[in-house]
Amino acid sequence: MNINRRSFLSFVIGSAAGTTLSPLPWKMQDDSAIWSQNWPWVPVPKDGAANYTHSICTLCPGHCGITIRKIDDRAVKIEGMKGHPVNDGGICILGLSGLQLLYGPSRVKTPLRREGKRGEGKWKKISWDTAISEVAYRLVELRSKGQSHTLGFISGSEQGTITALSERFMTAYGSRNFLQTPSMDDSYAMVLNLMQGVDAQAGFDFENTDFVLSFGSGIIEGWGSPVRMFRANSRWRTNGGKVVQIEPRLSNTAAKSDKWIPINPGTEADLAFGLAHVIIKQSLYDRDFIDNHSSGFDHWKKRVLDEYHPGKVAKTTGIDNSTIISLARDFARRSRPLAICGKGQGKTPGSSGEFMAVHALNALVGSINRKGGVWAVPRPGYIDWPEVKMDKTATKGFQQRRVDGAGDKKYPQSGSLLNRFFKMIHAKEISPIQALLVSDANPRYTLPDSKIIKEVFDKIPFVASFSSFMDETAVNSDLILPNHIYLERYEDVPGVTGLQKPIVSLSRPVIKPQFNTKHVGDVIIGLAKQLGKGTADAFAWENYENCLEKTMGKMWKTLIEAGFWTDPNFKKPKWDEILDFSSEKFAFLNNNTSIDYQYRPVKLEGEPTSFPLTLIPYDSMRLANGFIGDPPFVIKTVEDTVLKKKDSFVEINPKTARAYSLSEGSYAVLTTLKGSARVRIHLFDGIMPGIVAIPSGLGHTAYDKFLSGKGVNVNELIGSVEDPVSGLNAAWGIRAKLYKT
Amino acid sequence: MRDEKKYGMVIDLDKCTGCGACMVACMAENNVPFKEDESNKLDSITWMRVYKLTNEKPFPEADICYIPRPCMHCEADHGHSPCVSVCPATATDYSLRTGIVSQIYSRCIGCRYCMVACPYHARYFNWWDPVWPSDMEKYLSPNVSPRMRGVVEKCSFCFHRYQLAMDKAFLEKRRELKENEYQTACTQACPADAITFGDLNNPEHAVQQLVRPDRKNGGRTKHPRAFRLLERLGTNPKIYYLSSREWVRRAGDNYLKKENKTLSGRST
Repeated sequence: MNINRRSFLSFVIGSAAGTTLSPLPWKMQDDSAIWSQNWPWVPVPKDGAANYTHSICTLCPGHCGITIRKIDDRAVKIEGMKGHPVNDGGICILGLSGLQLLYGPSRVKTPLRREGKRGEGKWKKISWDTAISEVAYRLVELRSKGQSHTLGFISGSEQGTITALSERFMTAYGSRNFLQTPSMDDSYAMVLNLMQGVDAQAGFDFENTDFVLSFGSGIIEGWGSPVRMFRANSRWRTNGGKVVQIEPRLSNTAAKSDKWIPINPGTEADLAFGLAHVIIKQSLYDRDFIDNHSSGFDHWKKRVLDEYHPGKVAKTTGIDNSTIISLARDFARRSRPLAICGKGQGKTPGSSGEFMAVHALNALVGSINRKGGVWAVPRPGYIDWPEVKMDKTATKGFQQRRVDGAGDKKYPQSGSLLNRFFKMIHAKEISPIQALLVSDANPRYTLPDSKIIKEVFDKIPFVASFSSFMDETAVNSDLILPNHIYLERYEDVPGVTGLQKPIVSLSRPVIKPQFNTKHVGDVIIGLAKQLGKGTADAFAWENYENCLEKTMGKMWKTLIEAGFWTDPNFKKPKWDEILDFSSEKFAFLNNNTSIDYQYRPVKLEGEPTSFPLTLIPYDSMRLANGFIGDPPFVIKTVEDTVLKKKDSFVEINPKTARAYSLSEGSYAVLTTLKGSARVRIHLFDGIMPGIVAIPSGLGHTAYDKFLSGKGVNVNELIGSVEDPVSGLNAAWGIRAKLYKT
Repeated sequence: MRDEKKYGMVIDLDKCTGCGACMVACMAENNVPFKEDESNKLDSITWMRVYKLTNEKPFPEADICYIPRPCMHCEADHGHSPCVSVCPATATDYSLRTGIVSQIYSRCIGCRYCMVACPYHARYFNWWDPVWPSDMEKYLSPNVSPRMRGVVEKCSFCFHRYQLAMDKAFLEKRRELKENEYQTACTQACPADAITFGDLNNPEHAVQQLVRPDRKNGGRTKHPRAFRLLERLGTNPKIYYLSSREWVRRAGDNYLKKENKTLSGRST
């Protein structure tokens, strides 16, 4: 048979038509669908003995007690621990998803050394010995050149032995540049320092207050210890407690409060002074507290009466004169009123002036150190190690100033200023930091002014991360020495943010380490031992567990048995314990420092003429925005008006939308001085015209495919503004413009 | 029947913060899968889903409220739930012993009639086989079967927890459960204590005391703050919501504009 072109084509077309018209392909497709459905793709979870272990969640400073349900050696569920003083069985959305972090794809499974360029994602697996000696080699080299002071350490954990070990390591090595990630706790600590003369953490007796005046604090958005705040909020719903929420956007807190008062953002302090004005004018203040426990009142009073007449405050804040007057009365007439501040989740510090104004308002009604008021909680004092004997190099290195200027003449009261640290390095040609260690922190993502932060990282010759996860900072480092995650390690966890009682909890291994990771405490001790006699001597412990057990002393037994320790004898502190000036009085005005901290509003970056709108970030329980990013379960709960496919939405008032001819779902470009991003529009009646609200916690470039590349990171658009008193970041937003694409 | 129970839930919307913990507690308890993109809410499997309501008023009168929506475990006036009566495979059934609407995955043929019938969008279809990346299969609970592609799933009131509690009770020679022995994962997790769960027929249980359902009248309640979703359909859901805001209660059903009576469990 001859095969020519014609017969070949007829054969091909004929068979194609025949096959299509016959039921065969359809039957095959159907069969394969049914057949493949029987493939064992769906796992059958292995059964075993159920058992429970208690521990502490350290995913946020809320520090809830957790109970982990296990089947043999598999952790299958995290639940809230019943009877724990913070959460008593309740648990938040992030805490519930902890096992996705434990077993998830973003874990760093072994020490890694960078191959290729930074951030390229090419890694070589190395052994722990090699990893530690490589860091040691770098540090010894720096030290031998007399540059020990150029080592920096950024730590995300707040207090406790890990922080103490890290700081001790820096001291023994010879560098002052130990930094911690900032939060509103720093601003509150500053206030207690300036107005009460104590080094303490602010605690709030929410369980006993009957009126909460919140200056933008996200009481049910994750402010303070989230589960504790939720429970307190639910109690107010049944016991007649009132919440007044002051902020420009109808947040969940505002919607659940008894009264939402929208305010021109950034004028919160003016309102606090305006309320003080009314309270003083109508003699509604607490005379006993003012007469017996305060100083500088007359001077402060004069300033408030002269400068903050409600009529004037009404103009600045955009709140009616009559509303201000009635709010002031309501607040002062309640028996246990409490004013709080720290915007959203309080992850960023704020203006000292604003924090002091709010604290003064509490003082005015006597809500200091009393039931339902603000307490000064002493810092945990159980870490009592012998002082480091610094060798010559260390002493020399320690004479060098901190790069961030904390504790210097300009900011004598501050301990650590992370934003300023990056700004100072950015301003220099050669980085004053030659090596940087990062633990439990992800500054490349969480700090505002991303562009500067990234440039600084690129300038630092050596960066090592102790992160358990492939976060933005780890991806762009030279060496990763992965820590165990909180479910695999021991750690003491002192304090709970905002809690008025001292508490120490123990995070413990509920499951054996899943990968080739190492406790950061052990890495630091191991590292110190390789750096020569001077540093090794300061770390005389065999390992971290040994150090922890010795440090905790008598508390250890209780911690192992109950999971947490509280002081059974703890009572409300005496006045002289919380007012530590020589006068033993609350200082409305601090005369001991040379600082002029008269309140000045924070000036946002950008000119109103070119940037007519104001961009503010907003926090949500469903979007983790700190060192930990959203696990798959949590990102799944994000509404489709916040994130749709890869696009995130900004909220604007329909009025604003009309002015820019934008409509629901339309694309727009959002531009600030710091950068611009393509966003979609969500119309929301609960937001003040002229304001653009953007969710924080999106726009990751690292972690896994479930989180990465979704939405915009607000820190790429927002900058930091130095607070004149503390030097901390006081920016609450930035000026912006929107245009349709 | 003495041991007839009617498990139900009361959700206090004044306390609910919309945090989403119930959604994740449910996913973690019931081996609910997840995909790379979950922003298409039509195929995003959430047995418990928290919706956001708005009062549609302009600034500054705008208001929002969150409403968690599990399966309503309806027991319609004619004795069946809308989904149960349409299922051709008896893959979903109403239990007269517990009042729980079951879903038997191995019987489900994936026709999705039940999804059409459900007025609450409480049912979800598995368009894909579930995939747990990395080591995530390790966290799967042996008490709940992971579902395969092609079947429908929905909230079961954590029925496996009921079974475990009953097994324990039988071992201890008891026939009755104490109130706290059987609680759903969302109830247990809720950090705001907004969810109460228990037997609506048992006067000792908090849910019964809260809404005092009228057993003869489809479980209707006279509680001034209470309402049920789409009350007038006659599906008699076993989820009761409490809200002190009238616009929220009105959002629970389709009212005409001129209808100004609020329903607290009463049809007009």
